[in-house]
Amino acid sequence: MLLTVLLGLILSIFLVPFGKFVKSKWSVLLTLVPGLIFVYYLFHISSVSEGSVFFQHTDWIPSLGINFDFKLDGLSLLFVLLISGVGTAIFFYALSYLKGHPFIDRFFGYLCLFMAAMMGVVLSDNILLLFVFWELTSISSFFLIGFNNDNQDSRKSALTALSITGIGGFFLLAGLILIGNVAGTFSFTELIDKRDVLINHNLYPAILGFVFLGAFTKSAQFPFHFWLPGAMKAPTPVSAYLHSATMVKAGIYLLARFFPILGGTDLWMYTLVGVGGFTMLYASIHSLFRVDLKGILAYSTISALGILTFLIGMGTKESIIAASVFVLVHALYKATLFLVTGIIDHETGTRDITVLSGLRKVLPPVFLASGLAALSSAGLPLTFGFIGKDLIYEATLHFEENWALILTILAVVTNTGLVVAGFLAGLKPFTGKLPQSFEKVHLPYKSMWIPPLILAVLGLVFGVLPGVTGNLLNHQAANAILGQETSMHLAIWHGSVNTVLILSLATLACGIFIYLSFKPSYSKLQFIEKFENLSPKHIFKGYAVDIFRFSTWYTNKLHNGYLRSYHLKIILFAEILLGYKLWISGPVSIDFSNLSTLSIYEVGVVLVLIGALFIVVTTPSRLTSVVSMSVIGYCICLIYVFYSAPDLAMTQFSIDTLSTVLFVLVLYKLPGFINFTGKAVLYRDGIVALGFGAILSLIALKVNNEPVVKEITEFYGENSYLLAKGKNVVNVILVDFRGIDTMFETVVLSIAAIGVYSLLRLRLKPTEKE
Amino acid sequence: MELLLILVLGLLYAGGIYMILRRSLVKLLLGIILLGNATNILIFVLGSLTKGKPPVIDADFKIFQDVYADPIPQALILTAIVISFALTAFAIVLLKRVYALVNSDDLDDLNTPEEEDI
Repeated sequence: MLLTVLLGLILSIFLVPFGKFVKSKWSVLLTLVPGLIFVYYLFHISSVSEGSVFFQHTDWIPSLGINFDFKLDGLSLLFVLLISGVGTAIFFYALSYLKGHPFIDRFFGYLCLFMAAMMGVVLSDNILLLFVFWELTSISSFFLIGFNNDNQDSRKSALTALSITGIGGFFLLAGLILIGNVAGTFSFTELIDKRDVLINHNLYPAILGFVFLGAFTKSAQFPFHFWLPGAMKAPTPVSAYLHSATMVKAGIYLLARFFPILGGTDLWMYTLVGVGGFTMLYASIHSLFRVDLKGILAYSTISALGILTFLIGMGTKESIIAASVFVLVHALYKATLFLVTGIIDHETGTRDITVLSGLRKVLPPVFLASGLAALSSAGLPLTFGFIGKDLIYEATLHFEENWALILTILAVVTNTGLVVAGFLAGLKPFTGKLPQSFEKVHLPYKSMWIPPLILAVLGLVFGVLPGVTGNLLNHQAANAILGQETSMHLAIWHGSVNTVLILSLATLACGIFIYLSFKPSYSKLQFIEKFENLSPKHIFKGYAVDIFRFSTWYTNKLHNGYLRSYHLKIILFAEILLGYKLWISGPVSIDFSNLSTLSIYEVGVVLVLIGALFIVVTTPSRLTSVVSMSVIGYCICLIYVFYSAPDLAMTQFSIDTLSTVLFVLVLYKLPGFINFTGKAVLYRDGIVALGFGAILSLIALKVNNEPVVKEITEFYGENSYLLAKGKNVVNVILVDFRGIDTMFETVVLSIAAIGVYSLLRLRLKPTEKE
Repeated sequence: MELLLILVLGLLYAGGIYMILRRSLVKLLLGIILLGNATNILIFVLGSLTKGKPPVIDADFKIFQDVYADPIPQALILTAIVISFALTAFAIVLLKRVYALVNSDDLDDLNTPEEEDI
């Protein structure tokens, strides 16, 4: 399992150096990657459908409980097959769709990365591992949406998608860490036993909220849905793969995975049913007003995701079974419709459904695929969509009595919208009269129309033989979500005419009626866009602008370009921090018994030093200040002499003399200081400076009271002669024990010397001077 | 004496900070030198003061017979003094060049030379 996950990642690395390969005719080999993974997991179906679960464990960071733990159960298998199966179709399709594109190698790099990340998400048994892959899907999605990076809209959409899913990911991480802290484990398998601990914990609402935020942003639930229509700026294969069949279902997967761990409570149910229900209705109605094929599909996808959230929220056996089937139903027909849209766009150059019509005459196999998908999406009997719709109604009807009616009505209205949307996208471009401008449209390469056809036909096959997929795939997936054994019998005909069947047919009839009587147009689109000001997208954008303004203001305030103002801020910050630390560490006490005695000479020297310092700070004359500086230096030199540091005294003396000479030589012709600043500023700076000095003095006092550890000193003292044959310990330390340090110090000095020399010798030509 | 030195280092820090808050390049440089000296004294004081016992072993012995001043802070400070001289020397020469080019030692004049070029 680890290998199947890593395969895509490894491949995406190699696509960078061997990108030329993708541009050659051997690129077909790329499709082997998802294809082989698909076949590999096909062989697991039989054992998984009997209830076995596969585990694989590889250590990564065991000390933090983060490991490559993979687990293959019914739910994972369903998603893995979806990802690799649809992936194979998409890879084939994209090879022709992007043929000749200069960056096709990059495209496949991103796509492989995405596929690997997605596989990782659905196979991880460790919640932190899941998070890593989760973020990888967001990142690869960012690159894929922004693939046409010379288009400003593309870049903007990519950024919106990344920021929305990124914020969600951030909250998800918080939720996952909380779960880990509360339950003491990061493993899904172990978390199932900790359900009671988690649900009864005080933090349960917070955990649930964070996890929901992650799932809602990823799966485009209201009010975070708006990134998904924007993401349709991506090349169509990407829209088909990421933004309808797989990535947006990651949020659904997450909810399903956490259902046996966090689910089943009132909070879980009301939130998910509420959000999912609203999203599915809102998006379903919205999809009717779009005129762009991809726009219709985007909104109907959001609606379908809403249905899934809604079903998982209900949390009954029926609803979970319905969800596990509907994931597959939706992936099959929606991917087909997207791919068909891609073909239409590719061949006719437009996606405007008010213009497109009659294409069945020029693109017959595409029409077949599209028609089958549209019918499946409408839930016509004998299609897989019919089964899915059946199960949804079954779920709503069997819900708690008070709610059953409302939820069923909600589901019927939503599904009616989806029927219309499916027809608009799947049938409308093909029916009617073929305009003259499209007469020359011809069929694209086989590799473009065969994948959608296969997906569409699969929808039909599953629809005719629902028992097969039910037993092989959905049964165990539902078991995995519920965490218990269920019985599941998918069938086309339940033996009698019941409410569910009547509802299904009524939905279909309503849908067809609306499709025939309602024509989307630009005026209707404009009408609905009037409400744009109220939409979450608008509000989010407003916040984004405010944040931008705030950060600009803040940056200008902090980075105003004046060095002294930077100094002031840094020092103030240090003062606050150190002052606070001093304050909480208690009062300073002075132990007078430890202090050394004072002599008159020392007091004299210190007084001279303080006087010189005062002159340096206040004098208006440059020369005076330089000379006073040297007085300070000599005073310090004397202090070193008093306190047994002859080497220091020597060094300080010579260096100070040199500096002063240099100063005077170089700066003799500079004018005196000009006083630029007002009194208030001087006082302010004086207070800040004195504050800093006081804090450091206090710290020094405090440290001085601490006992001194003499271990290293004793080592040097004892071994200075024995090991290094030197009697002046300071010198021995510098040139022997720490010899390499001193060597580098010499290097620094030499560099400075070279710098000084070259600056002094530099003679600029008159033209370069200004 | 420790108290006196602690007072001195506090004042040196205060002086140094005050100087680096000024507009003049020369004052900035003097401020940095002051801060360097203050830090040296800080290290020196914290290494505990010993009067008249330099860390040099008597000529007739192989190891110390008496108490001696801590050599480690001294080694550190020695390094610091030399390095800060390198900095000072380079900065002084740089200052001269800047003055030759811009004819000012006002830091604000150095802010946006690009604008003046335009």
